[in-house]
Amino acid sequence: MKLRYQVSGDDLSLAGKASSEVKRALGRLGVDPGAIKRTAVSMYEAEMNMVIHGGGGVAVAEFSPERIVITMEDSGPGIADLDLAMQEGYSTAPEWIREMGFGAGMGLPNMKRNSDELRIESEVGKGTTVTIVIIFSVPGGGQA
Amino acid sequence: MKVRDIVATLDGILMTGEELLDVDIQAACGADLMSDVMAFVKENVVLLTGLVNPQSIRTADLMDIRVVVYVRGKVPPKDMVAEATRNGMAVISTKYSMFLACGRLYEAGIRGGGTREIR
Repeated sequence: MKLRYQVSGDDLSLAGKASSEVKRALGRLGVDPGAIKRTAVSMYEAEMNMVIHGGGGVAVAEFSPERIVITMEDSGPGIADLDLAMQEGYSTAPEWIREMGFGAGMGLPNMKRNSDELRIESEVGKGTTVTIVIIFSVPGGGQA
Repeated sequence: MKVRDIVATLDGILMTGEELLDVDIQAACGADLMSDVMAFVKENVVLLTGLVNPQSIRTADLMDIRVVVYVRGKVPPKDMVAEATRNGMAVISTKYSMFLACGRLYEAGIRGGGTREIR
């Protein structure tokens, strides 16, 4: 199953809608709550990044019974120093974003902490593609 | 502690979520930074915040937080309350500051424990 969302870079009040919808879809499918929460947090942080830094973009969530793969692609300014960006507390977000409750440099670390796989491909001046993989646990123990 | 006791302890106004009044809440998280809520909240808690924007409702929803308290007398606009209602959440507004609201809940028996360990 595949869901595709156009994420607006202009309207911050809509930011997070795609993540909410993916969360509900996983709930309807009966995915374990822990994996749903990890998916929700990772995708929401990526969606906020996309709105704040990337000027919006396209989010695709592709899921099977075993896992969800989320791809977030924007055509924003790109990330100049990825190692720095991964550090907790480092942020290039403007002050008004901080007033919205984000932009404190927790986004990428939160994504890393909650995902089973996080890939970031970024080119300065071209854009950023973030891929998040969450593996669902199967009833009866272990992971699929 | 039941949601109705949280409303009473905070001299709060329940804006939506009457059906949750008898739900039991064990822990609380006070934060204006939504990324911190996502980084540290583990279990079902009541969220106290001064951040009145759709992201506070959305963050709570994504984290399975069913009760949000707006401190410092902040009253969320109708569309936010409507989103909370659709999500099956309770929204409370209190005149107390963040410090006093947290203090009153602590005194009434709510503790931490709903967050991951901070080292």
